[in-house]
Amino acid sequence: MLLIPCPWCGPRAEIEYRYGGQAHVAYPPEPAALTDAEWAAYLFLRDNPKGPFAERWCHAAGCRRWFNVLRDTATHEIHFSYRAGERP
Amino acid sequence: MVIVGAGGHGLATAYYLARNHGITDVAVVERGWLGGGNMARNTTIIRSNYLLDESAGIYEHALKLWEGLAEELDHDLLFSQRGVLNLAHTPQDVRDGMRRINANRLNGVDAEWLTPEQAREFCPILNISPDSRHPVLGGTLQRRGGIAKHDRVAWAYAGAADALGVDLIQDCEVTGFTTAGGRVTGVRTTRGDIGAGRVALAAAGHTSVLAALAGFRVPIQSHPLQALVSELLEPVHPCVVMSNAVHVYVSQAHKGELVMGAGIDSYNSYAQRGGFHVIEHQMAAALELFPIFARARVLRTWGGIVDVTPDASPVIGRTPVDGLYVNCGWGTGGFKATPSSGWVYAHTIATGEPHPLNAPFSLDRFTTGALIDEHGAAAVAH
Ligand SMILES: Cc1cc2nc3c(=O)[nH]c(=O)nc-3n(C[C@H](O)[C@H](O)[C@H](O)COP(=O)(O)OP(=O)(O)OC[C@H]3O[C@@H](n4cnc5c(N)ncnc54)[C@H](O)[C@@H]3O)c2cc1C
Ligand SMILES: [Zn+2]
Repeated sequence: MLLIPCPWCGPRAEIEYRYGGQAHVAYPPEPAALTDAEWAAYLFLRDNPKGPFAERWCHAAGCRRWFNVLRDTATHEIHFSYRAGERP
Repeated sequence: MVIVGAGGHGLATAYYLARNHGITDVAVVERGWLGGGNMARNTTIIRSNYLLDESAGIYEHALKLWEGLAEELDHDLLFSQRGVLNLAHTPQDVRDGMRRINANRLNGVDAEWLTPEQAREFCPILNISPDSRHPVLGGTLQRRGGIAKHDRVAWAYAGAADALGVDLIQDCEVTGFTTAGGRVTGVRTTRGDIGAGRVALAAAGHTSVLAALAGFRVPIQSHPLQALVSELLEPVHPCVVMSNAVHVYVSQAHKGELVMGAGIDSYNSYAQRGGFHVIEHQMAAALELFPIFARARVLRTWGGIVDVTPDASPVIGRTPVDGLYVNCGWGTGGFKATPSSGWVYAHTIATGEPHPLNAPFSLDRFTTGALIDEHGAAAVAH
């Protein structure tokens, strides 16, 4: 089980969290202006790297806040976490 | 031609390229060893009782091939049509199950409804007490469903392809692609370059990594999926039982171990392992359904890396790079499809056009919106 550092509560067991997938995916400012392919990319394509990955977690059974984690998907090593709105 | 990945799907594709299309100038390149990926890690459940027409088409084609496969490949695959029982625990499960039975019958797929008592007759160790946390309200049964021995399947396809002249190259990782004018001309590997007019990806959980090397993206997220076996027991469990609501699926292998699978771990991973809490959760569900398992000891747990798409259906077809094809996205349920996946993929590569059975499973369905949304639809995902 992962030990995930919540930026507010500190390290807690993975079962306290919900996963949110890739971080920093912005809602398109003008969705109607996108082509079908661009809209499909926004809806369905997410990065899936083997290695460092910036991802979102929610401390669902704790402070209930969303934040970001840089984690290696090949080793599960967690490099660091940072608050929503911050950049690594 | 080069096929990337010697799992079940890559090996079956090589075999059907040779058998159905007479193409034997084929190399299957594998970064590890034959059938060492998900092919050797799955819980071997085979069924074709999917809800949607497109899915019923491709999975039922597979089941028909399974029914003659041992004879065709001259290999005992321990294919056992012992029946797959999908339990319903809520009134909505019941309605979904009935609907799926009707859809299955319209597609020529065998399906029947069992009451709780009939379910217990079919699987005598099943707990149908109304007091249980998730009471059994009935279930759908596909009698033609069952299990097979996964590594025998991999080796049978490998042997048959090899006998027809296909080259199988292990310990050879594809690290890039060579292209000319937007067309693939070969692969770069850890053991040198191989020229090829056509290249076919069959890399399951690693498809995103390969697609990135070729310069395009696929709607795939890679997740750990775990399973476990118990110590060897006397035969107690005669069929396959799956439960969507509590998410566990159980059969008893020929040797005697109980084989159980879980749901995916939530996060993206390539590490072939997951958290123990997922196993624990699944065992709790299994014990509710089968109190008799309480004293069985877990022998071994493991994980594979499954390639999950947004609509829980596979992608089989062309890519933005000419001559480069992709077969991926089988996620948690591609073992059962091995024969037809290889069959239609070989057709697609050999002719340059999709087979009617895989035409709906194109990569561009995510742009056109013609998704094949099996997620909630087909009971559990396996
Ligand atoms: C725990 C678990 C339980 C499952 N249970 C079931 C079930 O009950 N029923 C069912 O139908 N399905 C089940 N599945 C799903 C099924 O196993 C997969 O959908 C299926 O095996 C995928 O196809 P494959 O056999 O070709 O994949 P794999 O065997 O994973 O083959 C892909 C191959 O590509 C190779 N590769 C990757 N990258 C490269 C590279 N760069 N160069 C060369 N080679 C490369 C890999 O090493 C691997 O051998 C389960 C999966 C898991 C993990
Ligand atoms: Zn917190």
